[in-house]
Amino acid sequence: MAKLPQFENHQQQQTKFTTCYMCACRCGIKVTTEGEEIRFIQGNPNHPINKGVLCAKGNSGIMKQASPAKLRKPLLRKAGTERGAGEFEEISWEQALDMLTKRLANIRATDPRQLAFFTGRDQMQALTGFWASQFGTINWAAHGGFCSVNMAAAGLYTTGQAFWEFGDPDWDNTKYFMLWGVAEDHASNPIKIGLKRLKDRGAKFVAINPVRTGYQAIADEWVPIKPGTDGMLALSMIHVLLQNGLVDEAFLVRYTNAPYLVVNTPGQQGDGLFARADNGEPQVWDQASESLRDGCLPDISPALFGEYHDGNGRPLRTVMSILVEKYESDEFAPQQAAKLCGVSADTIERLALEMAQVAFQETITLDIQWTDWAGRKQDKFIGRPVSMHAMRGISAHSNGFQTCRALHLLQILLGTIDCPGGHLAKPPFPKHTPPGIKPARDTAPNTPLASAPLGFPTCPEDLVIDGEGQPLRIDKAYSWDAPLANHGLMHMVISNAVKGDPYKIDTLMLFMANMAWNSSMNTANTMAMLREKDDDGEYKIPFIVNSDAFHSEMVNYSDLVLPDTTFLERFDTISMLDRPISEADAACDSIRQPIVKPDRDVRSFQEVLIDLATRLNFPEFVTEEGKPRYQGYQDFIVNHERAPGIGFLAGWRGENGDQHLRGAPNPDQWEKYIENECFFEYKLAPAQRYYRHANRDYLDLAVEAGWVGSNAQIVLEVYSEPLQKFRLAGRGLYDGPMPNDAQHQQRLSTYFDPLPFYYQPLEQARIDAAEYDFHAITQRPMFMYHSWDSQNAWLRQISSQNFLYMNRQRAESMGVEDESWVWLESHNGKVRAQVKLMDGVEANTVWTWNAIAKQSGAWGLAKDANESKDAFLLNHLISELLPAQQGAADITNSDPITGQAAWYDLCVKITPADPAETGAWPQFDPVNALPDQQASPDSLSYSTHDNVNIKRPLKDILMRGKL
Amino acid sequence: MKLGLAIDLDTCVGCHACATACKQWNTSGTIGPLTDQDPYGRDPIGTWLNRIRTYEVAGTPVAGIPVEGAPVSKTVHMPMSCMQCEEADCVTVCPTGASYKREEDGIVLVDQDKCMGCNLCAWACPYGARELDEEQGVMKKCTLCVDRIYDEALPEAERQPACVLSCPTSSRVFGDFDDPNSTVSKLTVERGGQGLMPELGYKPVNRYLPPRQHTAEAMDVQRSPMQKLAQWTNKLIQR
Repeated sequence: MAKLPQFENHQQQQTKFTTCYMCACRCGIKVTTEGEEIRFIQGNPNHPINKGVLCAKGNSGIMKQASPAKLRKPLLRKAGTERGAGEFEEISWEQALDMLTKRLANIRATDPRQLAFFTGRDQMQALTGFWASQFGTINWAAHGGFCSVNMAAAGLYTTGQAFWEFGDPDWDNTKYFMLWGVAEDHASNPIKIGLKRLKDRGAKFVAINPVRTGYQAIADEWVPIKPGTDGMLALSMIHVLLQNGLVDEAFLVRYTNAPYLVVNTPGQQGDGLFARADNGEPQVWDQASESLRDGCLPDISPALFGEYHDGNGRPLRTVMSILVEKYESDEFAPQQAAKLCGVSADTIERLALEMAQVAFQETITLDIQWTDWAGRKQDKFIGRPVSMHAMRGISAHSNGFQTCRALHLLQILLGTIDCPGGHLAKPPFPKHTPPGIKPARDTAPNTPLASAPLGFPTCPEDLVIDGEGQPLRIDKAYSWDAPLANHGLMHMVISNAVKGDPYKIDTLMLFMANMAWNSSMNTANTMAMLREKDDDGEYKIPFIVNSDAFHSEMVNYSDLVLPDTTFLERFDTISMLDRPISEADAACDSIRQPIVKPDRDVRSFQEVLIDLATRLNFPEFVTEEGKPRYQGYQDFIVNHERAPGIGFLAGWRGENGDQHLRGAPNPDQWEKYIENECFFEYKLAPAQRYYRHANRDYLDLAVEAGWVGSNAQIVLEVYSEPLQKFRLAGRGLYDGPMPNDAQHQQRLSTYFDPLPFYYQPLEQARIDAAEYDFHAITQRPMFMYHSWDSQNAWLRQISSQNFLYMNRQRAESMGVEDESWVWLESHNGKVRAQVKLMDGVEANTVWTWNAIAKQSGAWGLAKDANESKDAFLLNHLISELLPAQQGAADITNSDPITGQAAWYDLCVKITPADPAETGAWPQFDPVNALPDQQASPDSLSYSTHDNVNIKRPLKDILMRGKL
Repeated sequence: MKLGLAIDLDTCVGCHACATACKQWNTSGTIGPLTDQDPYGRDPIGTWLNRIRTYEVAGTPVAGIPVEGAPVSKTVHMPMSCMQCEEADCVTVCPTGASYKREEDGIVLVDQDKCMGCNLCAWACPYGARELDEEQGVMKKCTLCVDRIYDEALPEAERQPACVLSCPTSSRVFGDFDDPNSTVSKLTVERGGQGLMPELGYKPVNRYLPPRQHTAEAMDVQRSPMQKLAQWTNKLIQR
């Protein structure tokens, strides 16, 4: 073979490891640099998440770093200019932090709630939440309220784990996989890796989704369901299972509250609650002793069915009896569900029976000895290899919590929770159902909160309301509007603060949240709200502080801008105290380290938070002598202990770095992580990998690691007693706080069913369904998912315009042609969009890729970029409030249980635009350039070195290749 | 040797990872840079060596069973790059001798110093696999990462085309189609891999593995009336 030239000068190149941040997947990456430039970003083959692979975004990190939209210096809105006009002056960090410290110190010394601190796409909520607690404001949350709280909450209130980041299908063993409403998700590369594995094994992959893109494209069966009806589909499958007696009764008896006895006294206080002994323990009917016994005891034989009485003669029924009675109703029969879901009755029945076949006839057994929660030795793990994953298409509906509960119930009845081939938790999950943290309520000047701002209410007493029942939080989380709002309601903050409902605030502090554009519902009106002033000429939200790395639309609406670094320029911690990157069989965390030096006057927001915490004298951040306790972010991460021996990073703890999970701070911890390619992986022993809700080997470890408070069995909650307590409060039957407002009473009474049920999404119940006859939803493009920037010169070449995809037959019947422009109108407004026709979409659904559209002039893009001229946002059509109803107060367009923003409930009507009407509408004035903003180049010719060409030998040319 | 790619259409989800992996490696590679015009403007357009095309195939039944009232379709994602044809017309038509096919491994390359950017090769290629770099005025195409696969300074496992290293569903496999024991050869046999448009006679080397359809058996149950609550009986199951 002819000798090839040396293409790369490896001596001039350096290789470092870090963690990707082009989305929330957080893959390990190996970055080769040449001088100060990035030669190549590749997946780290040793990393537990991505195992060497990398997605389209991760492969485009070079262009994120090269973005002309990077902020360069702190910015202050120019005195005398209007917010949103984009007139800024550059200031020094010292000026910026000094100004901010004075403002925040004053708020903290008077009414800490006057600071609302909300974060968007970050992965550092353990730090921001801790910061807010130390500041003393309850007005803190991340963006989970419009993202995934329905998935997290439904899971944590049912199985102690969840879809989303807390659990995964057992990709190695599953034989049947059902994917509900997922275009792309946090586990971006793991899902792809997993699908390959299961397809190569011949497992069947069923996709439930109105749209056939991405993952659904390779599904063996695509089930085009009508949006918002998934709950009914799942419950109808449950109906089929019950009809045929196909449930895992042993699993229900051993691991769930299905045998618990429920008080059956309709219309009376206490109805629907568990019968409890004086010690507070829920009771079951023990068939062996023929008596009521504590349900948590080992070695009893609880009855799954039946009606009994307690010592006072009160009638009791088992949960399972209630469950069977409920779902055996014809309401859930496939023939009924088919009408609602648009899925044939035969398909519903067949899918249920296919899952039953795999669960009960194709059971797998792993011969591994383990110890159960009661200390009894077991000699095998039984696996029912049916698994599921679910996300946005379930989550973003106002019935999403109950729908997600229905999916978990289906999994539980099939016995597929945390078993081989089923749905596996990822450490630090599972936790007890729900975790024992309660949301903070009380605030006082210069005083940290007594607990974390967010938690898990289990009864009305836990709500964050005042004595009159009024919300105490600015987003009304944990009020009667949204009692289990475990992630807050970021989507309500601006709207509520501008109305002064429940009160006015002084400062809104945002991090990586594009609330003036694609992260808000009702975008155009939100932009107007941000500019709204009181009669005295003061802005209704007086001060807006924003930290972002790029020139987003929200930067334009900020008063003080704190420029963040890119992900390749910073230290970061992906912690098990936060949103973990663990795998099912391993507890994992990771770090980022700087790969390149910033060429701008920017600081990572974490550093800024630590600095502010010190300047503001937060008790945990200064010593008793008033000196800084931590020398910056890295020092904080190493030395801060949440509990003795428990810190942000779990690996290489102890003075000598030889302890994992728990141990004293190790001054060399960062170095150990860097040595280990920036991640830590603690593999669970085979005996600790399954049935972890009832696995002593695992639970003991979880206690030691601080993941759970006790090694008591985690009982899966088929029946949710906390929901019943709220329902009783709605019905005037609760011995404790109860709502006075009829709307709240109706919502609690209707939606807080302790067993999952289907209800029509709330928006649909308040509009004319015949007029707004299409469901309009978004999907996340894999090449743009979560990448949080359309300024990426490579990724935007894949798509710089989103189209409105319509079902071909349906569109043609309306005279709508491919690539024509149409008007989409909802109860809240209208937009103009360009249509593309396809077959792979449910006939009553239209969809588009989300977050492609940008405001003209933002993100370093030309003023006439496709993203601003032809791309469109669906957000304008979605109101943050439900359509008004006579006699009822305005109320959030959210799941009534969790406050999850219901942006998938959107219904629209579609009319062809006049042929003269082209281009997206509405259009907005272009955003001004920032001071010192560098012009975006007309062409890119990125390369880290001159290319080394392979010369074709002259002889080869002369011989025309016939050497 | 006959180096090429086997691409699994059964598992390609159309994520574009291979396209951007290719772009980032090759922009600093032997035929780099791969320039981009109007990168932040109205219609950005640049030079790529691998693009993903997506097709809807109408009329494919869903698990063999038509779904009432629903359109029946199958979406196929199809990554397209140079097929490293054995009878490469792009080479034959090149007036300067810049385009050539390597004897030793069959990789089709463009000598960047000899190319005058006439575009004849791109017109000759039926797969749309060649792109003229507007800025540099020379033709660019997939090199199968010839500057990676023979680089002994790289760990052996990484001596692969960037697209193959990166593919999240491992739907791209690189190897020698002359070797019947190579993974690409075996996959081609097992899965009925096909070259695209063989009727044109260019003898493309790359192979596409067609989508599969896995089915599952439904449990055989007696169609009985609803099992009513009263019919469930308690079993003695110890907790």
